[in-house]
Amino acid sequence: MWTFFHKLGSPPYFYRIAGRLIPWLGWVCAGLLVAGLYGGLVLAPPDYQQGDSYRIIFIHVPSAWMSLFIYVLMAVSGAVGLIWRIKVAEAIAAASAPVGAWFTFLALITGSLWGKPMWGTYWVWDARLTSELILLFLYLGVIGLHSAIEDRRTASRATAVLSLVGLVNIPIIHFSVEWWNTLHQGATVTKIGAPSIDLSMLLPLLIMALGFKLYYFMVLLMRSRVEVLERERGSVWVREVVQTG
Amino acid sequence: MSKPSTSLFEATKLECWRGDRCLFSELDLALAAGEALQVVGPNGCGKTTLLRAVCGLTRAERGTFIFRGAPLDGSPETFRSELVYIGHENGLKSELTALENLRALRDIAAQRRELSLQAALKRVGLEGFEDRPVRTLSSGQRRRVALARLLIAQATLWLLDEPFTALDQAGARLVNVLVEQHLNAGGGIIFTSHIPLALTKGSPRQIMLST
Amino acid sequence: MRAFVAVTRRDLLLAVRRRSEIANPLLFMLIVISLFPLGISPAPETLRLIAPGIIWVVALLSVLLTLESMFRADFDDGSLEQMLVSPHPLALLVTAKIAAHWLVTGLPLLLVSPLLGALTHLNAATTVVLAASLALGTPVLSFVGAIGVALTVGLRRGGALLSLLVLPLYIPTLIFGANAVSAVMDGLPYHGQLMMLGAFLLFSLALAPLAAAAALRISMN
Repeated sequence: MWTFFHKLGSPPYFYRIAGRLIPWLGWVCAGLLVAGLYGGLVLAPPDYQQGDSYRIIFIHVPSAWMSLFIYVLMAVSGAVGLIWRIKVAEAIAAASAPVGAWFTFLALITGSLWGKPMWGTYWVWDARLTSELILLFLYLGVIGLHSAIEDRRTASRATAVLSLVGLVNIPIIHFSVEWWNTLHQGATVTKIGAPSIDLSMLLPLLIMALGFKLYYFMVLLMRSRVEVLERERGSVWVREVVQTG
Repeated sequence: MSKPSTSLFEATKLECWRGDRCLFSELDLALAAGEALQVVGPNGCGKTTLLRAVCGLTRAERGTFIFRGAPLDGSPETFRSELVYIGHENGLKSELTALENLRALRDIAAQRRELSLQAALKRVGLEGFEDRPVRTLSSGQRRRVALARLLIAQATLWLLDEPFTALDQAGARLVNVLVEQHLNAGGGIIFTSHIPLALTKGSPRQIMLST
Repeated sequence: MRAFVAVTRRDLLLAVRRRSEIANPLLFMLIVISLFPLGISPAPETLRLIAPGIIWVVALLSVLLTLESMFRADFDDGSLEQMLVSPHPLALLVTAKIAAHWLVTGLPLLLVSPLLGALTHLNAATTVVLAASLALGTPVLSFVGAIGVALTVGLRRGGALLSLLVLPLYIPTLIFGANAVSAVMDGLPYHGQLMMLGAFLLFSLALAPLAAAAALRISMN
């Protein structure tokens, strides 16, 4: 087990393994997304209050989950890179940030689209949306810092510190925003009636969540492969890869 | 020439990068007590980086450091307390006087010697300038304020990056004398300079970096 | 301890020599606060409603204005290098820098808070709570800001990036700081909010210097 991880830390090995995994992830992910969308858009019954407009949760909720999941993964792999100086971990952290930012953006957009039929307006300072917005700012900070520092390794290490600081702050921000929200808006409409959700809705939702996760892993592997290539461009194995194609 | 005395500082298989470029790799250097080592090479070859790596400002990609026979992994504090580093920048605040600057630098740096700040400034030829804001001093005089740190710190290892910068002839002689005294007292010096250092025992050993 | 005092004293001395560094953020704060009655309404009820929020937002911004000065000059003149090769723990020296920064920016802000309260028609009891919230909250801004400056100190155009890094992290302080003031105006309990600010302060005191020290070592590389 440990030797596997140890090997995975070596860039050429990671490059090969990732290259082999990507097609598999791609097919499974496509299958799950098709099944999830079919289940969510066709099989699941309309909501008795919201009609069909609730169906956006099959995109919105998994994106929101992913936005947080990716931040945690980015911070953890950043920390691994920082402490053990593993280049692959640095590449994974660097590759995660834009993907996470896009998922956050997607969650915000779908949330606001959903808000229109629900609240009659595209934007409501609802606790979840506000937290998601702040998370987007945190992502943009990470991306901004990474692109501002020329030296890649320094950029990775600085970004790792920033994302760890962000990680520590996310629960505090979340709690503050929740508290602020209850204070200013009274009880807002909770979006998912969590206990009452029907299995026919829950199942597609979970399938979609899994599909999103696999999509992320696939994109992550693709991006980190490129990162690894760029970071190791001086080395012999990269020259071999480039020459043999 | 220099008898094989006790090893003060060693670095083995040192490797440093700047961006994509490997400045040096597999670099070994050893410094005995009472010895000076001059780092030479063309501009951009990594002389400053080497000094910064030794004092821990720049992270070496690979390599180990040994100070007084013990590897420098866990506790850089003891090593740092025996170290004076004078970089390109003097580390002086232009709004503060020479004395105020020196006092602050003394208090955050290595253990101090029984020498008053005034005496140290006098020794580097700045008598009468103690209470002048550093911004009114010439660049050579500022360099002298920085060099005064060598006198007040109880440090074994001196790392000097271009110590002769901006100094006049008298200033250069002063550096020579300070260096000589430090070596006689059993200290070690690693420095970069394009100017040869004339010691009574002969020129110091050189380590050549290439691009 | 001697090193801590030395760093704080040097920074305070510098602030005294460049007095504008203390005065400018204060003037900024006063001017911006006086823009709101002009821009929105001078009616006391309106001002009272928005006062906690705007005072806190402007405090955030004026601290943000001064953050860069925390390490920028030290970076340029080589003082930062000397702090990094010092045998004393860098986090301790960073704490000293933060303490000096707060004494130069946060404390004056706290001292003019009665004036800010008067400008926005806050009563005495509210002004006291405003001062208390600033006393607990502004050090948090200095601590958290130090991490941001430490990360961007080596960059040529770090200023805009700095606000992007730091402002989201200021949100909890803003929420509880401003709310403590509005709560007392509405006759609601405000101790919880102040305790929360106190908790943020302790938390940032414990962790921010370590993060800022790590960030400085990376930036100086």
